[in-house]
Amino acid sequence: MNQFHYDSVEATVSHDEQVRDIDSAKGVSGDRIFKMITLGFAFSIILILLLITVGMAVESIPALKQFGWKFITGSDWDAVQGQFGALPYIWGSIVSSLLAILIATPLSVGTALFITEIAPGKLGGAIASLVELLAAIPSVIYGLWGILVMAPWLQRTVEPFLVDHFGFLPFFRGAPYGVGMLAAVIIIMIMIIPIITSITKEVLLAVPKSQKEAAVALGATKWETIRMAVLPYGRSGILGAVVLGLGRAIGETMAVTMVIGNAPQISLSLLDPAYTMPSVIANEFAEATSKLHSAALMEIGLILLVLTLLINIMARVLIWGVTRQRSAGGHI
Amino acid sequence: MTNKIKIQNLNVYFGETHAIKDVSLDVLQNRVTAIIGPSGCGKSTLLRSINRMHDMVASARVTGSILLDSTDIYDRSSNPVLIRRRVGMVFQKPNPFPAMSIYDNVIAGYKLSGRLVRADADEIVESSLKRVALWDEVKDRLKANAMELSGGQQQRLCIARTIAVKPDVILMDEPASALDPLSTLKIEELIEELKDKYTIVIVTHNMQQAARVSDITAFFYLGELIEAGDTRTIFTNPEKKQTEDYITGRFG
Amino acid sequence: MNGMVARSIKNAGMMILMGVATLLVLTPLILIFFHIVKEGAGAINLDFFTQIPNPPGESGGGMANGLVGSAILLFMASLFGIPTGIFGALYLSEYEGNRLANIIRFSADVLSGVPSIITGLVAYTLIVVPMHGFSALAGAVALGLIIIPIVLRTTEEQLKMVPGTLREASLALGVSFWRTTLQVTLRSALKGIVTGILLSIARVAGETAPLLFTTLGNQFWGRKLTEPMAALPLQIFNFAISPYADWHRLAWAGALVLVVIMFGLSLVARLFGRQKPMA
Repeated sequence: MNQFHYDSVEATVSHDEQVRDIDSAKGVSGDRIFKMITLGFAFSIILILLLITVGMAVESIPALKQFGWKFITGSDWDAVQGQFGALPYIWGSIVSSLLAILIATPLSVGTALFITEIAPGKLGGAIASLVELLAAIPSVIYGLWGILVMAPWLQRTVEPFLVDHFGFLPFFRGAPYGVGMLAAVIIIMIMIIPIITSITKEVLLAVPKSQKEAAVALGATKWETIRMAVLPYGRSGILGAVVLGLGRAIGETMAVTMVIGNAPQISLSLLDPAYTMPSVIANEFAEATSKLHSAALMEIGLILLVLTLLINIMARVLIWGVTRQRSAGGHI
Repeated sequence: MTNKIKIQNLNVYFGETHAIKDVSLDVLQNRVTAIIGPSGCGKSTLLRSINRMHDMVASARVTGSILLDSTDIYDRSSNPVLIRRRVGMVFQKPNPFPAMSIYDNVIAGYKLSGRLVRADADEIVESSLKRVALWDEVKDRLKANAMELSGGQQQRLCIARTIAVKPDVILMDEPASALDPLSTLKIEELIEELKDKYTIVIVTHNMQQAARVSDITAFFYLGELIEAGDTRTIFTNPEKKQTEDYITGRFG
Repeated sequence: MNGMVARSIKNAGMMILMGVATLLVLTPLILIFFHIVKEGAGAINLDFFTQIPNPPGESGGGMANGLVGSAILLFMASLFGIPTGIFGALYLSEYEGNRLANIIRFSADVLSGVPSIITGLVAYTLIVVPMHGFSALAGAVALGLIIIPIVLRTTEEQLKMVPGTLREASLALGVSFWRTTLQVTLRSALKGIVTGILLSIARVAGETAPLLFTTLGNQFWGRKLTEPMAALPLQIFNFAISPYADWHRLAWAGALVLVVIMFGLSLVARLFGRQKPMA
């Protein structure tokens, strides 16, 4: 009930010892002050989150008023004419993130399984720490590598090959620029794989031994054990890891800005340059002179924020669900 | 014989659980009172209510009163910090502060509460360590880390730390349960010596220990005080059937 | 019998697929490291650490202003980010079991998932607009907002590992709760907390997006915290997207230095954390 009874208590107990500290000074309770101070700092987290959301909403008001829903359905983006439609950026963000997640998920789960199930000893540990190193490299360095090493390679080798052999598909039409949607998808994929892999690894490690032993006792092969016992048990945790990776992918800024080509267009071809929401903010915000332009960029930020908040909340609920399930099911 | 502590109609709840049920018990000055009973009977819970350690548990609720001399420690005007300086506590496992030297551990009660360590700090350390018969073993390495001591020495250090702040009452929560027989013996001898100056309440699951060290024994069962009285009487001629069953090892 | 063979083949096939996935994951990592070290080592020299960038087209020059600028930004960000994180964590770990603590915990998790460019937008609104100009201060605020949730959660984890018996030992000596928390609980967890803080600083040292329209960057030495300031990641970005080969070389050198600083910091953190407590 009362957490700390002495929050409100003054010192009146007399004692032969002469006490001079603040704890027992009349009318002052150090504990109460301390609780208020720590609460203040802790509460600032909620305030920051509110401040971010409300602040961005307020700053977007001019664009919200001017364009309404047309902001997300329009595809004209012209600062001089004062026309702002964000569809190409939304398209670019969603397409690049989803494609990257699509490829990253099987690779990450495969790697996590390799680390935990096939090579759980030193080799697995070494791979796991390499992957963690990869997660620590800053986005701008991925971008540097992407623009100076990967994009030229794509332009010279990969894209001509794709055009020659798969050019009949709408996805591989156009000139090989090197930079473009394909480069963005690859770089995002490289960047989110470590995150998905390391969370998946944790989830897999949490699978109780008894689950696996039960499968092995039935004569299951290693793969059958993984399919029957390991993956079903870790399903929601892995899903959480993937959703968290998606949040990271959508918010990824520097590396994508450097390799996507920055052209606000909606094209089916992966070879064409594209644009994403964070990239347009990164490129234009510092130079946005008109109030409407800033507000339009703020509104893109707001859309991005809402998207990532939703994605993150979903991921946390999934991952928290697993941990709770784990602690509840521990005795079964 | 003076009453040091008077527990009256004490109830302790943890959320929905009623852990201590309407207990009244007198604790006599300069005597050792042992609390015995099967595990989960509430003996530690009772002990921890005497220096308001339950304050730290969010779900805990205490009703009734505990008079220390004549002040109710659960009165709104009572300050648990000052109460704990008068009612010290020794825990089941030795818990010296790991980052501190032996010396600093003994005067931790002063240092940590920001009270000026006076010129007589050396004296406090020496007399406290002598009191627990540890002085000769550590006097040459007072600056050594406390974790270097053996388990039994650590527990005696914890008792020295407790008496250094000059309490009237010492609560002991199974103080020897984590120790080897020889260290246990030393702790028991120490308890015998300390009672000329302090009032001691000890929780133990070891009936022989209770019989050896205590003057008064209280038997608890399922949160209730079944019976309390002179230790010899309790162990030889208990009034209640439950007490007899427990003492003779029929349950618990 | 046939079924057994089929199952073994399938098993082997799946094992190989996982190995291939692992190889595919590791290849770009190794390539990236290879290029950073190769290109960076070839471009690095004493000038890099002592000179500021030369005008476009001129060769030579360094990123000394970016290095100093990054250090200043990180220091200022830590100045308010770390205390906020630590004191917030004290509330979460020591006053457990209330609903508000859970909401705060959840908010911190969500906050750490907010794209870093958004914190730049917020710092812009909070600092740049009212102060009428880009400034190092605004950049520090943006970085600090990123540090807070990381420090909060790692500190909370460390505090929770402090055994309850130590808290009780202190309280039973008649030490007040706040002194117990600061002098016993926090002190016992200090090593792990410092490790966590170093790791979080290493993590934000490479952040670029939040600095774009707060600190802005500076070709010269910044003199005041209220003026634009150079930062290493910003310089890497600007030089990488420039058309000059000489600037590309500097960008590689910058990348190598940044990676070495970040890994060095986390290595120090881990070594520090591994040391036995003074036992």
